Amino acid sequence: MKKEKSADPSGSAKQKKSAFRFNRGQLCIPYGLFLALFVIFPLLLIIYYAFTAKDGSFTFGNFIWFFSSPSMLYNLGISILIGLTTTVICLLLGYPVAYILSRFPERRRGILLLLFIMPMWINFVLRALAMREILDLFGMLGKYNFLNTIIGMVYDYLPFMILPLYTTLIKMDKSLEEAALDLGAGKAKVFTSVTLPLSLPGIISGITMVFMPTMTCYVISGTFSNNKVTIIGKLIETWFGTGDNWHYGSVIALVLLIIMFLSTLIEGKFSDDKLATRGTNL
Amino acid sequence: MKKFLSWGYLILILAFVYVPILVLVVYSFTDSTVVGKWSGFSLELYKDLFTGERIRKTIINTVVLALISASLSTILGTLGAIGIFYNKKLLGKFVKNANHIPVINAEIVTAISLALVFALLGIGRSYFALLIGHVVICAPFVVLSVIPKLKQMDGSLYEAALDLGASPFQALTKVVIPEILPGIISGFLLAITLSLDDYMISAYTKPTTFDTISTYVYNAVKNQNHSDLPALRALSAIIFFIMVIAVIVRNVSATKSLKNKKEI
Amino acid sequence: MTSEEKIIELIDLSREFEDGTVAVDKVNLFIRKGEFVTFLGPSGCGKTTTLRMIAGFDRPTGGKILLNGEDISSLPPNKRPINTVFQRYALFPHLNVYENIAFGLKLKKLSKPVIAQKVEKTLKMVDLEGFEKRSVATLSGGQQQRVAIARAIVNEPEILLLDEPLGALDLKMRKDMQLELKEMHKKLGITFIYVTHDQEEALTMSDTIVVMKDGVIQQVGDPKDIYNEPKNAFVADFIGESNIFSGTYLGNRKVRFIGQTFDCIDDFPVNEKVDVVVRPEDVILTAYGEGAVSGEIISCIFKGVHYEMVMLVGKTEIVIQSTVERKVGEKVSVKIDPDAIHIMAKEFSVNLYDGYITKKNTVCFGDGEFQCDVTQLYPGSFLDEEGYLITADGDKIDLTDVNVKVEVGLKDIEISDDQDLGGAIGNIVSMIYKGDHYQLTVRTDENEEDFVFDTEDTWNENDRVSVIIPKEKIKLSLAAEEKK
Repeated sequence: MKKEKSADPSGSAKQKKSAFRFNRGQLCIPYGLFLALFVIFPLLLIIYYAFTAKDGSFTFGNFIWFFSSPSMLYNLGISILIGLTTTVICLLLGYPVAYILSRFPERRRGILLLLFIMPMWINFVLRALAMREILDLFGMLGKYNFLNTIIGMVYDYLPFMILPLYTTLIKMDKSLEEAALDLGAGKAKVFTSVTLPLSLPGIISGITMVFMPTMTCYVISGTFSNNKVTIIGKLIETWFGTGDNWHYGSVIALVLLIIMFLSTLIEGKFSDDKLATRGTNL
Repeated sequence: MKKFLSWGYLILILAFVYVPILVLVVYSFTDSTVVGKWSGFSLELYKDLFTGERIRKTIINTVVLALISASLSTILGTLGAIGIFYNKKLLGKFVKNANHIPVINAEIVTAISLALVFALLGIGRSYFALLIGHVVICAPFVVLSVIPKLKQMDGSLYEAALDLGASPFQALTKVVIPEILPGIISGFLLAITLSLDDYMISAYTKPTTFDTISTYVYNAVKNQNHSDLPALRALSAIIFFIMVIAVIVRNVSATKSLKNKKEI
Repeated sequence: MTSEEKIIELIDLSREFEDGTVAVDKVNLFIRKGEFVTFLGPSGCGKTTTLRMIAGFDRPTGGKILLNGEDISSLPPNKRPINTVFQRYALFPHLNVYENIAFGLKLKKLSKPVIAQKVEKTLKMVDLEGFEKRSVATLSGGQQQRVAIARAIVNEPEILLLDEPLGALDLKMRKDMQLELKEMHKKLGITFIYVTHDQEEALTMSDTIVVMKDGVIQQVGDPKDIYNEPKNAFVADFIGESNIFSGTYLGNRKVRFIGQTFDCIDDFPVNEKVDVVVRPEDVILTAYGEGAVSGEIISCIFKGVHYEMVMLVGKTEIVIQSTVERKVGEKVSVKIDPDAIHIMAKEFSVNLYDGYITKKNTVCFGDGEFQCDVTQLYPGSFLDEEGYLITADGDKIDLTDVNVKVEVGLKDIEISDDQDLGGAIGNIVSMIYKGDHYQLTVRTDENEEDFVFDTEDTWNENDRVSVIIPKEKIKLSLAAEEKK
């Protein structure tokens, strides 16, 4: 009897719940539907195509084809090599830039950062073309295809590395470094034991911003190597275009998806804060 | 010494970034077909740029597409961000995680996956498909720009608005949106940049007769059709000048606001 | 100003959070029209949650809130004639002072001149004339506070809620604002519901104080009542400085504590264990040898208007406040008048649990398992080699799963940092100083079982400890139905 009595008001309160609160959380429904239809569903389609033959029957054949084709594996290897090389160079070039900028007084560093990211406003194909003209001017074009590709990639993706590094470094509490100095660490030690570890989220986010795109950006590899360097993105283009086999194209895309998924796992999953460094401060 | 090194390094990297652009700018004032051969000062390329029917159309297409897709992305993304922030349940988590996919995914994969969907839905290559494609890659960045502002906002502002008699919708439009406006604006600008910069998505979703600057330039290079390329030097130069003006304006306004702050 | 009319009535009001913690537990309370009521308690006591339910930000999970006799539990905050002054003001940063204050009026679609007039009047009231165009970010803490108050009262609410509104101000500012708020309450004549953890603030401002702890109201009363007649040791400890002693009521208006017998004015059952509260200012210094108890001063701190001294009597510390200074080491005597001795029923004199025998010589209770002596259940019994109980009559009994009542005295529990040592593990949730020892409560996680005990050791609240009870101190008796 007593139990019933106490249960009643909470029951009636529950019924009124929907009328009581206009739920701000429901505002993500339109975007959620959009993502489901145009992000999740398309990826499922890739998986579907990757596991079916042209007649629509289920098969592992596409996978077997990919992993038994030396040229496919060779191109995958080249792509990873290009991605890794570009990422490392961007990190080595970009970290000092971000670090130096972050030490500037607040009003100066904004302008300076703008100088570094402004080229992003010029269309990336146009920008690449400018660099290509320079290489052409030096007579490098057509000679050092791999090197040229790397130069083109670094040129286009450097700002994507600088931005997240900078965002992390300016957010860092400077008193931590002072504390390390205070505790007797030398300047080099302060950098390796405090600054570098604390900027790790920026480094990781920079790597994700550069690695996957450079592995697949066939526009740059194509224009800088006169189509002599073929990366995995180009293969997808070919199979979806002139090759006319969506199933093969999907298998390659799925391989990329898996690489992406694995690298995010290594990078510490879908961490909120790491991704947040990409969106802000522009 | 340390300062000298720092500046030296910055200038070196800036040179790497800007020399190619500056060379293009310089050679936009001559009508030579190849960079490196100066054939006298001329505004011929600028004339080509503004009179060439095809190239003019391409530029307009690109800008209009960027404006529309950035606006759509801003609306969807802002609502999405607010929803994610206040929805700690399954739906919120789903949207939050799905939002990351286009950000970290290789663009080519996003592009062909969209191409598959549009083929399946019978939409195929069309302006609608192109627009959706651009929103797919832009909206997540709007979300990522808005969420930090929501986090920074004092949580009781919304409640204060309700307390003063605002309906939840009014509290949103009169208090929450104005508070996160800087995030919405930077998200919008980011979306425009990304849309202008995009090649992959456009290449797989655009109607065959439609070109953005990216697809136009890439196809011109790919097909060794260099006739229109010199005119693009003029385009690069114009964007560069706009950039320079933007930096100057920003610099002036920054010092101005600093002065104002000091006066207070 | 205060009428007999009830404006707010809380009936069995409860709020349970999604993680299962109960912030407010079946609170019943009424607030009269025009009253200045303060919810007082430590953080996490449920005071803010109660306020938020009255404002409409939190929905009760049980019970009702009546406003002028009508249930408003499910009414959204924007439909309630109640306005709030927020802890950190929650001024809208994108609006200036005028626009902030006019926010509610504009929503009511009042005409511009009316709004202007009302804002002007209110600004005058909070002494901020001429601040209309100022951005709220440029205001000092105190000025922001005034804008927040103005923004709330300009809507002429029936009730003004204030959630620790002075918490962010410095001491002097806080004192000034306390008086101003009190003044404002008189002028406006509306009901103020105030939330604070600052007992002094509560005593200064309120008509009525509601002391809360763990989501439960401990005492409701006017400031004098709460201060002079605290209902339990928690209230006494929380409100003002107190000496709390363990004592025994001897009957005939006499109570014995700190080794002496004192006259008192309360009446209790004879030989009842009681808590005795004496305010430091009620401990009167006398010439050595002339008071009721004598001891030595072990510390003396100057506090501005008075000295706060600690005197040691045997092992018991007595805090004394006096304008007369006594040096450390000086021998002194003190006396306590009968009306300064407040006696309260002891909350716990023994811990009682329902438990069951697990196997052979262990018993489960209070979320833990302890060694015990089961032979006490049957006089004259003993355990055989296999662990079965043999009664005095020679019967063999398997006690596994038999329900028992467990009794453990307040002095029979020990705790340890080593979590493997004891039979149960929990956190110290309260620690009340009782003159010569602390009374601690350790609460387990699973079923929130409490172990209350006295100790002379100092621990910290929230320490995680294991509970040790010596085997011979666990008193068992068979649960009622088993006895038949």
